[in-house]
Amino acid sequence: MAKANFVTPELHEFVEVPEVSEGTMAHLSPFVAYPEHNTDLNFPGELVEDWHGKTLSKLDDLRKRYRSLQVYLDSCVKCGACTDKCHYFLGTKDPKNMPVGRQDLLRKVYRRYFTLAGRFFPKLVGAKDLTRETLDEWYSYYHQCSQCRRCSVFCPYGIDTAEISMAAREILDSIGYGQKYCNEIIAKVGKIGNNLGLPGPALADTLEGLEEDVEDDTGVAVKYPLDVKGADILLVTPSADFFAEPHVDGLIGYGKVFHEAGVSWTLSSYASEAANFGMFIGSYENMRRVSLRIRKAALDLGVKRIVFGECGHAWRVAYAFLNTLAGPFDFLDPAYPVPQHIMEFTWDQIQKGKLKFDKTANDHMKLTFHDSCNVARATRMGDKPGGQIEIPRNVIKAVCNNFADMHHETIGERTFCCGGGGGLLTDDLMEIRVKGALPRMTALKNVMEEEGVTHLAAICAICKSQFTKVLPYYGMEMDQVVSVHQLVSNAIILTGQETDENDRDDEPDEVEI
Amino acid sequence: MAIEVEGKVLETDEEGYLVNLSDWMPGVAEIMAKDDDLELTDEHWEIINFLREYYEEYQIAPAVRVLTKAVGKKLGKEKGNSKYLYALFPYGPGKQACRFAGLPKPTGCI
Repeated sequence: MAKANFVTPELHEFVEVPEVSEGTMAHLSPFVAYPEHNTDLNFPGELVEDWHGKTLSKLDDLRKRYRSLQVYLDSCVKCGACTDKCHYFLGTKDPKNMPVGRQDLLRKVYRRYFTLAGRFFPKLVGAKDLTRETLDEWYSYYHQCSQCRRCSVFCPYGIDTAEISMAAREILDSIGYGQKYCNEIIAKVGKIGNNLGLPGPALADTLEGLEEDVEDDTGVAVKYPLDVKGADILLVTPSADFFAEPHVDGLIGYGKVFHEAGVSWTLSSYASEAANFGMFIGSYENMRRVSLRIRKAALDLGVKRIVFGECGHAWRVAYAFLNTLAGPFDFLDPAYPVPQHIMEFTWDQIQKGKLKFDKTANDHMKLTFHDSCNVARATRMGDKPGGQIEIPRNVIKAVCNNFADMHHETIGERTFCCGGGGGLLTDDLMEIRVKGALPRMTALKNVMEEEGVTHLAAICAICKSQFTKVLPYYGMEMDQVVSVHQLVSNAIILTGQETDENDRDDEPDEVEI
Repeated sequence: MAIEVEGKVLETDEEGYLVNLSDWMPGVAEIMAKDDDLELTDEHWEIINFLREYYEEYQIAPAVRVLTKAVGKKLGKEKGNSKYLYALFPYGPGKQACRFAGLPKPTGCI
């Protein structure tokens, strides 16, 4: 497994808008799904013979089904506001990675076959024939979009490139040209219950291990329950939380918060995944199938509330679509948000004074916070506008003494993607992941130099994994990324916990910057 | 794709993972390590063997924490961390070590 052959961009004080360089990323395409990955999701196994007709009829179907898509395809006036807003363009110089360039890949075909001007005077309106090469170009460049929607913040018409990229991927799936990473994973959710393919017994073993660790650490028997009928809360969290670091440290934190809050909670081995890759491939049917597992688990376990763990796009699906995909949730307790984010839960407990913290436990770090795209731009938390931006920061500040934000143009609703979202978190796309991380890495480096920040906190499994991988490319350390609930976990003082302040103070800093 | 081990041609996927788990033999790890410019030591084999045992029981690679804990118990606490594992397997214990051990690649948000 040779390391991908590309040059990591250099970090400068500012990310300069690069001069356009045609085709720099034309070579990059992710692995194509195997036939069984596609058929598991009810797509044709391989590229169908009549792909031309099927592509156009799917595009026609989608533009009629989703009014937004039709509007986005029609309304671009080529004003240029989006051109320098995409992290992938900034990192690659490829004009097809400009949001408008990416949209036009689909738009030119739409114009050719579905608009009067395009049918009769294609050259005048940038309309192009659909060819076999078009499909390859779509496959390449629609898998160089993390569907982060930063461009839509700056578009005067609000054109959402993510929706266009989802539509393109759905068209490709419908003709048997799916992506291995997403489709294999969605199939695993259907068969095993989570993206990782972590079976129930392995999950139980992992959780038991966490209980041992936390008890060894604190002297308090914090439980990480699985499939407990009659629990009040069902926690749905990305399966990476069971598997990877620093994700698992966040999971430990959720458990400690629930413990101190005195609520009964459980995980489900049937719905052991918050992530919903159905959204990445634009497939309503697959998104619904994944969501219905959560509904079924909630009903089977008889819970009163559903809480989501730290997962960016899961929160978008949960916050924005869960009720229509898998509702109504009239069997849940209406006194609580349906569903609720773990950050809302923890912040609520903090405000009520239910949690005790020793903030010095995080004194070896100075934190900054990475807003995950789907949380920042597509959802809310709490009951005020902007809660999704404020609440995670409030929680961090409640448990840490040292915090500084990155440059204001790179956070909040203008946050730059980690570079690995939207179904791109796969090794075969490492080049675009590393290059697309450039704006975020630049902002991080600056806040490290100017404010002495040492660690980057995140609330999304993809962001955490992506940073772990790309930080070393930019000369930083993989363990500079932490989970927000890891910080909570470090600082929380459990009732009856054996604390040894001296011990803690003597610990050396874990990371040298 | 394929690799040749002890005279047998074994099928691998695009990323070099064995397609059939049952094809695995110690020579697989040796050949794959050679391709990655790694020389396998007893420390590497401790990990590879643990991965195979765990997979046999649970049909999945162990979580990083499960792995580091097991390593810590067996080889001493100072080795029970992911830095030690990354020092042994620079491409990551989950991915590189799993490949050497003949396990499928872990998928998802990791």
